[in-house]
Formats: sequence, C-alpha cells, structure tokens
Amino acid sequence: MPPPIATAGPLEVGETWRRLHPLSPIVRFGRVLIGVIVVAVPSIAEQPALHREGGFPVSVIVYAGLLLLGGIGGFISWLVTRWRIAEGNLQIETGFIRRQSLRIPLARIQAVDVISPLSGRFLGLAEVRVVSAGRGAEHGRLAYLTAAQAPVVRARLLALAHGLEVGTPEPVALPLLHVQNGLLLPALLMRLQVLAPGLIAIAGIAAIAAAPVVGAGAFGSAVTVLVITGLGVARAFNEDFDFAISEAGDGVRLDRGLLQRRHETIPYGRIQAVRVVEPLFWRALGWARLEVDVARQSVSREADRDAQQVARTLIPVASRDQALWLLARVMPDAHPNPPPDAGPPSRARLKAPLSFHFLAAWFGQRYVYARTGRVQRSTIIVPLVKVQSVRLKSGPLQRAFHVATVDVDTAGRRWHASARCRDEDEAVEMVRHISERARLSRRMPPPLPANPAPLPATG
Amino acid sequence: MSTVATRQILGTGELKRLSPRFWLARQTQLALFWGPVFVASIVVALIVNVSAADLLPVVVALIACFAWLVERGRYRSWGYAEREDDLIVTRGLMFRHVSVVPYGRMQFIDVTAGPIDRAFGLATVQLHTAAAATDARIPGLLRVDADVLRDRLALVGEAKATGL
Repeated sequence: MPPPIATAGPLEVGETWRRLHPLSPIVRFGRVLIGVIVVAVPSIAEQPALHREGGFPVSVIVYAGLLLLGGIGGFISWLVTRWRIAEGNLQIETGFIRRQSLRIPLARIQAVDVISPLSGRFLGLAEVRVVSAGRGAEHGRLAYLTAAQAPVVRARLLALAHGLEVGTPEPVALPLLHVQNGLLLPALLMRLQVLAPGLIAIAGIAAIAAAPVVGAGAFGSAVTVLVITGLGVARAFNEDFDFAISEAGDGVRLDRGLLQRRHETIPYGRIQAVRVVEPLFWRALGWARLEVDVARQSVSREADRDAQQVARTLIPVASRDQALWLLARVMPDAHPNPPPDAGPPSRARLKAPLSFHFLAAWFGQRYVYARTGRVQRSTIIVPLVKVQSVRLKSGPLQRAFHVATVDVDTAGRRWHASARCRDEDEAVEMVRHISERARLSRRMPPPLPANPAPLPATG
Repeated sequence: MSTVATRQILGTGELKRLSPRFWLARQTQLALFWGPVFVASIVVALIVNVSAADLLPVVVALIACFAWLVERGRYRSWGYAEREDDLIVTRGLMFRHVSVVPYGRMQFIDVTAGPIDRAFGLATVQLHTAAAATDARIPGLLRVDADVLRDRLALVGEAKATGL
C-alpha cells in the first residue's frame, strides 16, 4: 500500500531542475556489473600461469578498465540528466553527446508506477515511471529517486494529471483484495502450460530411472524442460508475490513483487479493456484471473520490454466471485456471463471446431463482450466509450459458411474484442449497433465508480 | 457478402469508388513487372533447347492475366463513405473488410504518394486512431480530392474530438 503522504516534504513545489539520486548509476548498471564479475572472476582464476609471468595479470587490468569506463559513463549520464515538473509537463533532459529533451503532457498520463528493484531497495531508491498515450510518446522514467521522494512525485503527477492543486495529497487507498502467496503458487502450477511439460518431464525422468537403457540424452532434455518450466513459474511467482489491490478515489493501486516491488496506479477511465481469464483446471476450482489494458505507445525498444509488463495483471488469481466483484469495481454494471443467444450459429462449428464451445459475443448499453478460447476461456470486456473503430471481416472460408467476424478496436495494445464467426446478418447488425452505441456513449458523462458492495467470501 | 453488408451498414449513405485513374496506375504497375518477365520468358524459351520451355511464355502470360484479374477485383472492392459521424472504408477481395472509424477518434491523417501514384496525380489518405489495428486507408484518390478530403476530415475530427 502506498504510504499516505500529505505534504511535499523533501520535494518543494516547483519549477527548479533536479538531478536524480547520485547512486542511480550504480543501481542502473548494477546488472552489468554483476555480469562482468560473473564473467571476469572465473576467467581470471582459470589462467593463473599467465598472471605469474608478467607480475600483474593483464585480464584484471582489462576488466578494471572496463568497469572504470562504465563507471565514468554512468556518472556523466547522471550528471547531465535533470528533470522538473513545470508548465503542465514532466520534463526530462538527458544525454551528453546527443541531448534529449522529453516533455510529457500530464493530461495524457495513463498510469504512474513506482518500481523498486532489489538493488534499489538495499540503497533505498525507487523509480517513477510514467506511461503516457499516443504514438511517438515516450515513457518518462525517473530512475532513481529516494524511496521517500518517489510517492511524493507520483502524488504530484497524479494530482496534476487530474487537474488538481499541486499540493493535493494522494487520496487514501482502501484495500480491496490481497492474494495469499499460498494460493498464488498452486494457481500458477495448475496451468496447462506448466502441468503438461512438467508432468511429461517427470514421467520421462521416472521412466529413465526405472529403465536406464534410454541414455543420458533423454534424461538431459527432460531435466531441461523441467528447469525451463520451473523458471517460468518462479518468474511469475516473483512478479505477483504478495499481490495487493487497493482503491483510491482516482483509481486502483496495485502492489506486488518479491525481489522487485512494483506499486502501480491505474486511473479510472484509463482502462481500455478488461479480460477475465479462466484456464482449464482453474474452472474446476472456481478460480479466475483479471487483466487490464491501458493505452500506450507501441513498444519496440529492448529497454522498454519491461514496460510492457506494466499495469497488466489486475488480480493474478482469485475465486471467480471475487474476480467478478473486482470487475464490478473497475467496470460498473459489467456482466461477463453471456446471455443464452450469444453463441455463434452452429454451422460455425466446422469453421472453428476447437474454440466453438467458448465463442460468444454480446453487447449491452455500456460494454462489448467477446469470449474466446480453446482450452482456456477468456472474456474481453471493452467499454463502448473506449471503442476506437469497428471492423467487419470475412475470409473466403467464412463466406462459405455465411459467417463473419466483428473486431472492436481500442487504444490498448494487448487485445481487441473479436466476435468471431457470427452470422452474416447479425454481424452487420452488430457493427451498426456497436458504432451507434459507442457514438452515444461518447456524449454521455463518464459513469461514476460503483457503490461499495461487500466482498464475497473466498470459495 | 461485402457489397450487401456494406449497403446495410451504410444505410442511406453513398459509397464512393476510387478514381479510374487508380486502375490505370495499378495496370501500369502490373505491366512494369509482368512485361519484362514475359520478355525474359520468351528469351529463355528461344535459348533453351527443350521443347517444354516453349510453354514458359504461355504460363507467364496466364499468371499475368490472373494477377490482372485479382488486381481488378481488388480495385473494385475499394470504397469509402463519409457519414455524419464516421468514415466507412471497405476493401479486400478474398478477405473482405468493412471498417467504421468515428471522426472523433482520429488522431492524425496521412497523405502519401509513391512515384507511380505521383505520375498519375494520385495520393493515399490514411486515418490513424489510437488503436494500432485501425486500418482506414483510402488509396487512389486524385491529389486534389485527397487534399480536400484530408482538410475536411481534419475539420470534423477537430470538432468531434474525444479523449482516450
């Protein structure tokens, strides 16, 4: 939960330029440093004969020189980087040889995150990351500020983004849901993409142990599969460890992470789409996951791959009732259970034999719903206010079956609601109604957050 | 399906087709590619002393005809309509698309023209929304029409603009 900070404290209101924390380069290049040490130490240790000849070992000098260069580079980059919040922008200036000046209009902020990587937590540092919308827009990264400064900067950015006074304190966050780590781990394991390779590998190892004729090659590949699967689970566990979601007046707050703690903020009204995901075994156990999509630029650079993960999971696992309750908090009046006539015509079974049983699409006064999936059932919910464009598509095979697909696009990057294999006439009606209702809903005032309802008990 | 469906989505609106000059430009493009290929196939047929090689120019000509037919179908499938609140674009021969883009969602408009387009005085108008998947592109407009369309779209877009 974000600490309640009322006063600006260590950060005065203002237009003055500030530097990042002096220890920033160390955290930033910490990974590189560890990498160099991992490579350097064994290689130095392996060649003792070379070293004794000429007195001082050459490779040590080379590595020390590399580290020194990296250190100087990091220091210079810190020296020339400065930032301020002024004129309705977050302004960041950086670059020694190629100066770069970044202006992020606060009105376009989609989400603000505070991220504390492991090394940063030791040094008491945190990063503030601003996700803004629009093509060519950049992610504003303030890496790093002190752990005390970061929430203040976030509060200020959010206050300005909502058009409030600069000194407005961050609204108090009410805890909504907390995911027990004891539930998260089995939930992560109970997914088909983990269970299938895991069990096959274990069965393989058992078979080899029982009849060791097969040889070491098969054993090695089985172990590799097991390790890769395990690493995937460990990464997901590390990401969503101690997951807590809380609600402030202006949006939802997510806190998660084992080694690297993330504190994400998703303002209300910036959510482009929500997805309810129910994997095969989770359905039997009555579990579900919620994911959100916010507007953002197309991310292509390597450095931003991490940013793609930002503000993605709304709840990693919860009972279906709780997930739906949470859904009602972020999208009032959304009902992700399809009406009886939401399915495609039965002739579509031949066109989409594997996903036919889950295919469904329907729309209400405020949302468009599209359910898809072969093994895992996923329902995408798009508010009509967020609809960017509506498309009708049909391929030659679809025309043979007299069906068509209706795509509903949003500014989010992850999904669009796709109503696949609808009856042709129905698809045309859907395009007409959805674009008409989207037009009307753009003129209506945005809906207020729902009244608090009691949280259903874990079931 | 496409024409009927487009009519139904359109309602009372009028679907505008592309300029015939665009078809001329496309045919030129086809000729620029298939002409040399055809000549080359004749040369190969004359040089190579295998009887089967004589069929080569015929095959090339058939493929070129097929490409011409496909291109003609594509040209005919294009269409757009400016309605009160949105723009409708249809395209595609095999995979047919009908896109409905509200003016209020437009982020910016591109007008582009390649070398052949320029030679024929044509241009392409493309609408961009915040959604990457939006594919509202109208090729083969007369340069003048493209500029007028762009300005008109920009004007209504500004009047009806809505935030994300």
